[in-house]
Amino acid sequence: MHDIIIIGSGPAGLTAGIYACRSKLRTLMLTSQVSPSLITTTDLVENYPGFPGGISGFDLVERFREQAVSFGLEIVESDVSSVERVEAGGSGAWRVRTSGGEYDALALIVATGTEYAHLNVPGEQEFTGKGVSYCATCDGPFFRNSHVAVVGGGNAAVQEALFLTRFAAKVTLIHRRDRLRADKTLQEKALANEKMAFLWNSVVDEVVGDGVVKSLRVSDVRDPGRKQTLEVEGVFIFTGNIPNTAFLKGVVQCDEQGFVTADEAMRTSAPGIFACGDCTRKLLRQVVTACGDGATAAFAAEQYIDGLKGTSYSTWSPH
Amino acid sequence: MSEDKFVDNPDHPITLSDADLDAAVAKYPFMVVDCWAQWCGPCRMLGPIIENLAKKAQGDIVFAKLDVDGNPQTASRFGIRSIPNLLVFKNGQKVGDIVGAMPEDKLLERINTFK
Repeated sequence: MHDIIIIGSGPAGLTAGIYACRSKLRTLMLTSQVSPSLITTTDLVENYPGFPGGISGFDLVERFREQAVSFGLEIVESDVSSVERVEAGGSGAWRVRTSGGEYDALALIVATGTEYAHLNVPGEQEFTGKGVSYCATCDGPFFRNSHVAVVGGGNAAVQEALFLTRFAAKVTLIHRRDRLRADKTLQEKALANEKMAFLWNSVVDEVVGDGVVKSLRVSDVRDPGRKQTLEVEGVFIFTGNIPNTAFLKGVVQCDEQGFVTADEAMRTSAPGIFACGDCTRKLLRQVVTACGDGATAAFAAEQYIDGLKGTSYSTWSPH
Repeated sequence: MSEDKFVDNPDHPITLSDADLDAAVAKYPFMVVDCWAQWCGPCRMLGPIIENLAKKAQGDIVFAKLDVDGNPQTASRFGIRSIPNLLVFKNGQKVGDIVGAMPEDKLLERINTFK
């Protein structure tokens, strides 16, 4: 029996791990074998404090991990399939079922993040890996001197489009609105980059190809009859995020999109389950907010466990 | 590059380059080549899974790694547009490719469909 099991190994989970381990709680982190924290696929994080000049997402998370492990965090690679309530020594606990066996803990911290949404248009699945990509840092170098499209208008889309200009001859950003949602610094960089072009008020209807991607069918959201064909060799999709919370169905309350609803102490609707980071319902999904959530979740979980063990120190009480 | 470089029944992934891929394809009847790069996060996750599978397979399936960064010809020859990308070769022919990282059991299942 652990005190805390943290599910997920991105910035939120690893920060929770740092705090939980420093509180000397028996803490286990379960990390997916194959679904990496999305930030690890971002080539440059420029808005996380302490790294003037920026740092790659992969290197940043490696530093988080190193720091957490130095405080004693135990990490096991295993994909979680479900969680359920169990009774243990008079108090409730949680059992986590995974691809590598079952684990029990008094409290869970869910930090499973999100994955990139798919467009769900014809050709997208067929040409995944053949020109359709969700990872610019992985696949950008295969598109040297070619024309690629990026779909989306948020920070991820604009950051990755800028990264792709290092390789591609031209990057066309396709966005359903008439302006970008990305922060102003990224917007200015993108709009000033001579390799970048913009298709506003536009959505992709179909990915067309012959073995590999050849073009996109694009329509105008204001006048869906107005269609055009954009010849590209690749298309990178960053249109939004889907929370990795399916395994919590029926256990904790989520919003209609599947984001976990947590209160200011990161408590979910299930006693002893805390949630933090991008998988929660929140205004701003960034590394720095994920870290803040993670610290709060670990602290709140510690108080919850102290309550179960009868060793409470703080006078802060759950409402 | 001679075939002597390649041991029988390797219990670890062998390292290939543009120059010796064909020799390896000629030698091993069933081989999975993990095309990867240092810059690719998901590739680094798949690395230990490939090593584990190679150890278990003991040459029944030969696993190889090819760094696309230093070996652009292979990537271009097989139309690789996304990594991690596993090229599957059987009896000297490319019979399939597997794109993206996945858990060990699922990956082995996919590989075995080409066997």
